[in-house]
Amino acid sequence: MNLKPETFKQIDEVITHYPVKRSATLPLLHLIQEDAGWISTEAIEWIAQKLELQPINVYEVVTFYPMFRQKPIGRRHIKVCRTLSCALTGGYKVCDQFQKEFSCHTGEVSPDGEVTIEFVECLASCGTGPVVMIDDDLHEKVDCAKATALSEQIKSAAKRRPNA
Amino acid sequence: MPAPTQRRLIFAHIDEPGYTNDLPCYLKHGGYEVMKRSFARPPAELMDEVKKSGLRGRGGAGFPCGVKWSLVDRKSGKPIYLIVNADESEPGTFKDRYIMHQDPHQLIEGTIISCFANNVKQAYIYIRGEMPHGARILEKAIAEARAANLVGPNILGSTYSCEIYVHRGAGAYICGEETGLIESLEGKRANPRIKPPYFPAVLGLYQCPTIVNNVETLCHVKHIVDMGGEAYTRIGTPNNTGTRIFCVSGHVQRPGYYEFEAGKITMGQLLNEVCGGPLPGRTFKAVIPGGSSAKILRFGERFKGKRKVGADMVDYDWGVEDVPMDFDSLGMIGTMGGSGGVIVMDDTVNMVEALANINAFYSHESCGQCTPCREGSLWMKKITTRMVHGTARAEDAALLKSVADQIPGRTICAFGEACSWPTQSFIAKFGDEFKGYPEAKKIAKPEGANELV
Repeated sequence: MNLKPETFKQIDEVITHYPVKRSATLPLLHLIQEDAGWISTEAIEWIAQKLELQPINVYEVVTFYPMFRQKPIGRRHIKVCRTLSCALTGGYKVCDQFQKEFSCHTGEVSPDGEVTIEFVECLASCGTGPVVMIDDDLHEKVDCAKATALSEQIKSAAKRRPNA
Repeated sequence: MPAPTQRRLIFAHIDEPGYTNDLPCYLKHGGYEVMKRSFARPPAELMDEVKKSGLRGRGGAGFPCGVKWSLVDRKSGKPIYLIVNADESEPGTFKDRYIMHQDPHQLIEGTIISCFANNVKQAYIYIRGEMPHGARILEKAIAEARAANLVGPNILGSTYSCEIYVHRGAGAYICGEETGLIESLEGKRANPRIKPPYFPAVLGLYQCPTIVNNVETLCHVKHIVDMGGEAYTRIGTPNNTGTRIFCVSGHVQRPGYYEFEAGKITMGQLLNEVCGGPLPGRTFKAVIPGGSSAKILRFGERFKGKRKVGADMVDYDWGVEDVPMDFDSLGMIGTMGGSGGVIVMDDTVNMVEALANINAFYSHESCGQCTPCREGSLWMKKITTRMVHGTARAEDAALLKSVADQIPGRTICAFGEACSWPTQSFIAKFGDEFKGYPEAKKIAKPEGANELV
């Protein structure tokens, strides 16, 4: 597995949190996804070996939890909340706006490779809907204008990136 | 009658200017003093305080916390685990987020006190995957507490040791169900376990006795041990003691979180006074009082019956606005207080579309173990989505009801109920709107109406 040394250290540490190694399946998947961006077959087999499991034990976990992905996504991950409270305050319009901004549909990587937009279920911030998560950061009360502003920020950060 | 003022017990420092989530700030505000004092008392006495307090779980079911603790198998010789349920996944609920982000040490103190009372040496905080910052804040707070000898081996020089670790979920609603959560913590798919025999109190995490409590519930424990169980019962109303945090979302002027003494505020006071009423030019149409699986209430309907007040039985005749916001009153009128997530819908909302939104959620989140739930939730989604985006038929209401009626009571966990109650209650309360939908969908939507599915 090609991971940062820091990730290997965190992996060895987190396994000690549990009396049964298998419990570290979700933490390991999170750590590897944060480092590599997605969960490859190689990662599944590596985790299985590390935790003394069969690959199917890890694979079935990857396919069950919506946050784990088996293919790469755009450099930035935009998650728009779809559930009731956000929909009542305009979540569907916001999701459409992001798709227009980056010329792609939900679940796809945008043509420039910059973003993947997902329409996800409840993000537990219903009082400040519609809410959007961009990578790890929550953005509240996002209307179409704010969606455009956030998209502009992503686009200008992309331009500033070396080798862009 | 004017709404009572907020009684902020758990949210005392939430949004307080200058209040930070680090240990020095918590200590400056008297933090960990209750824990220190509790270590000088026998654990059984602390459990007794919680029992006396009448504290009911704040995750959704409202099960008495003291009873939950008393069911734990203490004779097995196996270690006892405590899991903090920080999965906060019921749509409409967003209270635990603020506790964990802004006052994590309150949760840690409540957790250690609860662990001490129950002779637990290892606790896990299961936090939902969509709160990466929350997980980091909790990890930092635990590290601070560990460095100050407030968590870890020989806490405060005593013989008592207790470790807490944070465990992140990965986006599955069913992990809020306690046995599903346990499976997930064991590194598996979160398929809930069948009860009996797998009651967590006896056969929980690693087949050991396990206590699973909501974040807010454990924070209440700290305050109960501080003031005494007896004194705590004087907050709120009999059988609905303490405070409740209401998370109001949807169509009100001031959505947000509000903490009141349980049972002391009515739905009308909460929505009209505290939350500022409906948006300009609109009227309230419906409200879901306890998270999206709670049965919906229609403004204009009336609830009549007899209820116990003290030793007497008295008649009640309530509109939605008159209902006190406590577990028992909401239960009496056929819905539930649940997790405190109040979702408000005004007259721009079409109920078929709102239900289609909810059904899409539940069909996405069914774990797939039990056929009635896996298939039923999907069919309810397919039917309501077709009604909105394809052909709607007058007989769809009856079809939906027949699907919904075949799920509850036939599944391993309460998700079967959770996914069928919205359909059953929407059709019971808004049956005409479902029957009339084929015609209604041809007419332009009211101004300001949002797409819901």
